[in-house]
Amino acid sequence: MNKHIKVPFSKDELANLEAGDYVYISGTIYSARDAAHKRMYDAINASEYKHEDGKVLFDKNILPLDLTNNVIYYLGPTPAREGQVIGSAGPTTSSRMDKYTPLLLEKGLRGMIGKGKRSKEVIDAIVENKAVYFAAVGGAGALLSKCIKKAEVIAYDDLGTEAIRKMEVEEFPAIVVADSKGNNLYDTAVDNYFKRIN
Amino acid sequence: MRTLNTDVIISAVKDMCISANLYLADDMKKKLEEAAIEEDSPLGKQILEQLMENLDIAAEDKIPICQDTGMAVFFVNVGQDLHIEGLKLTDAINEGVRQGYKEGYLRKSVVSDPLIRTNTGDNTPAIIHYDIVEGDKLEITIAPKGFGSENMSKVYMLKPSDGEEGVKASVLDAVKNAGPNACPPLVVGVGLGGDFELAAKMAKKALTREAGSHSKHEHIAKIEEELLKEINSTGIGPGGLGGKITALAVNIESHATHIAGMPLAVNMCCHVNRHLTRVL
Repeated sequence: MNKHIKVPFSKDELANLEAGDYVYISGTIYSARDAAHKRMYDAINASEYKHEDGKVLFDKNILPLDLTNNVIYYLGPTPAREGQVIGSAGPTTSSRMDKYTPLLLEKGLRGMIGKGKRSKEVIDAIVENKAVYFAAVGGAGALLSKCIKKAEVIAYDDLGTEAIRKMEVEEFPAIVVADSKGNNLYDTAVDNYFKRIN
Repeated sequence: MRTLNTDVIISAVKDMCISANLYLADDMKKKLEEAAIEEDSPLGKQILEQLMENLDIAAEDKIPICQDTGMAVFFVNVGQDLHIEGLKLTDAINEGVRQGYKEGYLRKSVVSDPLIRTNTGDNTPAIIHYDIVEGDKLEITIAPKGFGSENMSKVYMLKPSDGEEGVKASVLDAVKNAGPNACPPLVVGVGLGGDFELAAKMAKKALTREAGSHSKHEHIAKIEEELLKEINSTGIGPGGLGGKITALAVNIESHATHIAGMPLAVNMCCHVNRHLTRVL
């Protein structure tokens, strides 16, 4: 089903997304890939403390973005030419972020855009935290760059292409791969295809 | 003896880095067009059409086809009657990469140490494979290689008794394991025979062969065709989201090997299989 969604997420919108939906995403998203994930992960772990009621909290100010209800795009773009918002901007392989993702979901992150399979731990954390994983078309970086209307490096500038960018997107095309109910399109895609053609 | 100054090489390499990342070679374009017609999954077809639109935008707006503009991999054939003057040849190629990745607004994706991981800032060093050949020319092939697909590559040290069936089963295993991660539709580069490292090098070199061309050895060409058919029966499809077209080509390079072994390397490449050759 084709859906037009706004991010950061409202709860209702997220609950309605199902694996296989073709979505057009508009709103604010953040780019982060390997090195930025490692930094955020280490920062959270280093600032975690036990509240008197027993809950494990962390210093939210330690992160360059508020994860709550937000979406991270696994992206390291090429540099923008003069007059362009951003260079080529397609998804990178998500599985390299698997180690860090459950913790970010626990701390409020609700969506990831990337490509490729996720670990069982990530899929479980997506269900547990009522989140969603989208795939964008790999290798379509020039096309996807046209949906990014603003981009600004907000942290980890020294990482170059791996810095965290705050980006305004309009009608960014993606496919829901893993939904909050535990459905996983990559697991069913091949079967679905054979059913469709027979 | 013919003399070639490295200024010429630097300038050629610079241009090749930029061109390879903005304009996909005609053989790959043709394969994608054919695939879009042949694909029978609606979503698969939509993805293939987006990939072609992406190529048009890349060329027109000079935005790299893919944001992973790769590690700059080179196959260089040096004519033994050629004299190169100026810098060391390797330094000249790296200088061309440095200039090309900067002036072409390409991504700098190289870290100087695998564990410390500091970006070198200019996409050097390149990976360069040299061969000494007849003549007085310098033939340079660039193949900028993205790592989404590189990470899904494999080396199998097969036994002679594994035979043709073992080769096919291993390549299929690698493709299935790559699934959506390597950005299908793929070009599958295979190196068969030689030893451990030659198999891997041949697999990479196989990717630079024209898509749709075949091995000059009839029995190997037959395996290429059969494997392509089998890979396209897996249903993985464009983007790994189901479909008929999982691979655009299977290219196998083969070499003599040892009585005790049958090394096999599978170098995955996505549909952005960039390769460009220039003779200086």
